[in-house]
Amino acid sequence: MSLDLLLVGLAGVLTAAAPVLFGVIGETISERAGVINLSMNGTILLTAMGGFAIALSTGNVVLGFLGGMIIGGLIALLVAFASITLRQSQVAVGFVLALLCRDLSYFLGNPIMGSTGPRLSILPIPFLRDVPMLGALLFRQDIMTYLSFILIGLAWVFIFRTRPGLMLRGIGEKPSAAYVRGANVNRLRYIYTVVGGAIAGLAGPIYSLSVKAGWKGTISGLDGIGWIVLAITIFGGWNPFRAAFGAYLFSLLQWLGLVLQPALPGVPSQVLQVAPFPLMILTLLLVNIGNAEWVERTLARLPAPARRAVAKILRAMNATPPSAMGTPFEKE
Amino acid sequence: MRSQRGSQSLNALLQGAAVVVALCLTTIVLLISKAPPISAYANIVIGAVGTWDEISNVLVSWVPLLLVTAGLILTFTVGLWNIGIEGQIILGAIFATWALRLLQSSGLPPGIIITAGILAGMVGGALWAMLAGALKAFGGVNEIFGGLGLNFVATALNLWLIFGPWKRPGVASMSGTEPFPHELWLPTLTAQSRLSPSAVVIAVIGILVVYFLIRGTYFGLRLKAVGKNASAAYLLGVPTWQYMMVAFALCGIFAGLAGAIQVTSVYNRLIPAISSGYGYMGLMVAMLVNYQAALAAPVALFFAALNVGSIQLPIVLRLDSSLAGVLQGTLVLLVIIGQGVRQRLTKGGPG
Amino acid sequence: MRVELRSIHKTFGSVHANAGISLDISSSSIQGILGENGAGKSTLMKILSGFILPDSGEIVLDGKRATIHSPADAMSHGIGMLHQDPLDFSPMKIVDNFILGRRGALFPDRKGAAREFRALASQFDFALDPDSYVDMLTVGERQQLEILRLLWFGAQVLILDEPTTGISQPQKEKLFATLKTLASRGVTIIFVSHKLEDVEYLCSQVVVFRQGELVGSASPPYQTRGLVQMMFGREVSFSGRTSGTAGGPVLSLERVCLEGVRLQIQDVTLEARAGEVIGLAGMEGSGQSIFLSACAGLTRPVAGRIGLGSMDVTGQSYHSFKRQGVVYLPAARLERGLVPGLTLTEHFVLSEGGAGFVIDRRAADNLAAERIKTFNIKGAPTSTVESLSGGNQQRMLLALLRTPLSLILLEHPTRGLDIESTMYVWTKLKERCAQGTAIVFISADLDEILQYSDRVIVFFAGRVSPPLPAGSLSVAELGELIGGKGWERLPRDTARA
Repeated sequence: MSLDLLLVGLAGVLTAAAPVLFGVIGETISERAGVINLSMNGTILLTAMGGFAIALSTGNVVLGFLGGMIIGGLIALLVAFASITLRQSQVAVGFVLALLCRDLSYFLGNPIMGSTGPRLSILPIPFLRDVPMLGALLFRQDIMTYLSFILIGLAWVFIFRTRPGLMLRGIGEKPSAAYVRGANVNRLRYIYTVVGGAIAGLAGPIYSLSVKAGWKGTISGLDGIGWIVLAITIFGGWNPFRAAFGAYLFSLLQWLGLVLQPALPGVPSQVLQVAPFPLMILTLLLVNIGNAEWVERTLARLPAPARRAVAKILRAMNATPPSAMGTPFEKE
Repeated sequence: MRSQRGSQSLNALLQGAAVVVALCLTTIVLLISKAPPISAYANIVIGAVGTWDEISNVLVSWVPLLLVTAGLILTFTVGLWNIGIEGQIILGAIFATWALRLLQSSGLPPGIIITAGILAGMVGGALWAMLAGALKAFGGVNEIFGGLGLNFVATALNLWLIFGPWKRPGVASMSGTEPFPHELWLPTLTAQSRLSPSAVVIAVIGILVVYFLIRGTYFGLRLKAVGKNASAAYLLGVPTWQYMMVAFALCGIFAGLAGAIQVTSVYNRLIPAISSGYGYMGLMVAMLVNYQAALAAPVALFFAALNVGSIQLPIVLRLDSSLAGVLQGTLVLLVIIGQGVRQRLTKGGPG
Repeated sequence: MRVELRSIHKTFGSVHANAGISLDISSSSIQGILGENGAGKSTLMKILSGFILPDSGEIVLDGKRATIHSPADAMSHGIGMLHQDPLDFSPMKIVDNFILGRRGALFPDRKGAAREFRALASQFDFALDPDSYVDMLTVGERQQLEILRLLWFGAQVLILDEPTTGISQPQKEKLFATLKTLASRGVTIIFVSHKLEDVEYLCSQVVVFRQGELVGSASPPYQTRGLVQMMFGREVSFSGRTSGTAGGPVLSLERVCLEGVRLQIQDVTLEARAGEVIGLAGMEGSGQSIFLSACAGLTRPVAGRIGLGSMDVTGQSYHSFKRQGVVYLPAARLERGLVPGLTLTEHFVLSEGGAGFVIDRRAADNLAAERIKTFNIKGAPTSTVESLSGGNQQRMLLALLRTPLSLILLEHPTRGLDIESTMYVWTKLKERCAQGTAIVFISADLDEILQYSDRVIVFFAGRVSPPLPAGSLSVAELGELIGGKGWERLPRDTARA
């Protein structure tokens, strides 16, 4: 393969990873606050359809994205309401919404299936576009891909370097300690869940307005991406940079699947497309292994210096969820 | 006493309200789509019970859904969210296909071969479910994400088999593996229908078994105890981890059974979409019946009828058949919200 | 800051946790608050620190009425509380724990905060590195962090709830020096504890709580006997202490060491004999719970051997112990002992098991009816267990016990029960003793300990006393031992600290 083709292919990997990134970072923020939003699969489909529909009827791509944010935020609001105010299971509500929003998207999107709508255009950045190698890779993308780059850094800075980000980590880790320090835990959880949903709500429109332009209903190939986003969120250890690594890795493996196709005539393309997933399970296993009880017990039996060393390795590998994730907060 | 009856009527009121509101919301969705609501509902009904063919299709769809729901009721009873159910159906289908392929030229009577296939399917589903259980018990992997991941792996495995080692001679195709010879088809009602009476019997037996297990056996009682308070159950002498694993295995058996039936009677081969979303739908039915086996059969039938009936919508009204899913999802969502509202009301009340 | 509490009332259901408490704490003092578990001290401190609202009464700070509706409110008034288990964020660094919650710019100045932290820490000689992670710290160090944080936020009243549980001696000395320094600087310190020695050493004024009321106060020099008497009440003359005749050893512990989250128990050797009753006395968190759970096989000892009868069961699971005739009844009846949602009959079926696969309904109903009658449980067989009152739940727990048993371990068997239920429980337990069952129980009620035990073991901060014959102990002596005093006078035995 020529270098040019390679660069174009890799640039495509970055573009394809952009929507996944928006989803993962949105979900990371929500989960950092302690609320799992399991509706991601449905959110992506409904916002893809809705964003496309809005862009189609207004002729304006920006409005399409805005619509996606609003829809994503509303779905997240439902999850927040049912779990924070009504104290129902986050898993149950999120799961039902995943299926419901998917079916809603197919049903409401039926009339516009196959329509051609506005597309996001490529925005090469002057000067930078001509940088050898990197130019072709990074600077001939559309605006949402550029935004995805920025989002990673922005999210990381917010979570780990700002004051409100510190509080975000606090309410997800130990809400009672945050409460003692003056946080209105439930209100913050509402806010971050909705914000996370709104950010994730940009993922769907990226697909229908850029990567896989148009709305193709059940054959859009979007069904299932939401679940992958959830898996990458865990793999990412609720850390934007590591999550980005997961998203790019996933995209890369999918592209490799396509590329290696001619070299492996015996293996169907669909299989290579889903090959990353067993890898994801393996990694899920590895990152969670530190939490298993028998590991903790064995760890406790080691002498102190060995224990510290192993703990450090496990800590680096580890993706321990925010301790209060999934549990409602009660003041008493 | 009075408060118990009072809460029961509040319960019934909220359930009824959920159905009504669900219908209203779905109607609104229809209106947004500029579709005639009455016509849409009528078409669904006609599509489900209009002809004998349709009714038999409803039953065909009912069988795997009921089996899966039965299995899920077991895992829900012990307190687990077995999202990996889709993968368990697929593995059941894969194992059944493997057994049939293995034995189809062996000369054994077809009845034996089919039975072997179904048994193999049960084993396959059970193994896949126990894998999710082991990941949870020894790897600390939450059964939700372990199950999701295993669903992907099962899908990948299925595709690889269909397009790889088991592909149709000539060209691999999305239509699945080579269909099995007619003798290996689970006998159906008529030549044209896909409804197999034995499958219906199996499904009904399945839900009865689950109902009986939970209500009438020591095993079922212990399952309930673990699901409601695992630490107290442990102190009372119940080996909690073992019971969780057994629940996983049993659910896997039911899922595998559903997959095997799909292979031997409905499609007569392995196809990419062999699980057809029955797993997730089963989760919804289980949530709707509040994890009690008593109402599983009628509610599953209702869901199956909605699914089959809504196939008419694209044909007659040019609407997407996922309206069924919209109605189903809205119903479950409202029931969840209704539960939450009821809990808040009864907490805020006097006493 | 001068803190006045005026007529504070707080009721939880039927429990009057604070009954008209009025207390005046002067500035620059260290106010000690003594009392048994459940006496009402924690409730009052939660009210003062904003965690819960009183039903009535007022809080007056420096002469001005203060409304405190949340911990944030309390902090803005300068009141900070150091919880027994400090509320901090384990996976984060010290410096992040320090600044979280403090108002300020969007980007916190970590370096500046670290500098201020180090300066503050050195004032009290705390050796803490702002860049280390909190999950690597000991309890004492986490306390130090929290104290510094509260001071940095401007606390003028510092409430410490059982601060010396689980910290080392040098850390304790450092803590006391810190508190004295703070008091001299004008900070008001409220020191809640059950440890008599600490309170006597540190506090300039002591008040004693008992059963929701403030029953007395004292100033230095303190009379331990007087304090103990106020804490536990006068000696009760109990009638007819029947000592059971003890048989062969049922449970034996040999040099058992246990490690808990906050304390360690070293080298306990003990034998419980058939038919005898051993009472475990001590304040909550002193080690009795983990000890009892080790006797049940729920906690594994880090060293030593545990034997049941002639079998060595060290390291085996609770279900193994259960097969040898041991049973453990937890204090949290509904959370750990019974299954909410299941009926009484279902509990009996669960406990007895049964032959075969199918539940024999008739036998189950008969069993349930018989047990309900025998144990006089006020509840129908088909009612769920959470609808029973506390006393009836305890009767249920007893009714679920199988026969015969070699050892019954009970955690607070009569907590929250009225006199009649309490007496009933003990009647049933004594019946078991007569059949040869050994009983080991934890109780916070000294009268109960002395009345029903044959031998008593006292726990204090992980130290375990040798078994003391109950007849030779008075309530006052027991109270002292629980408070940590008088241990030197105990007979030297193999069961030692």
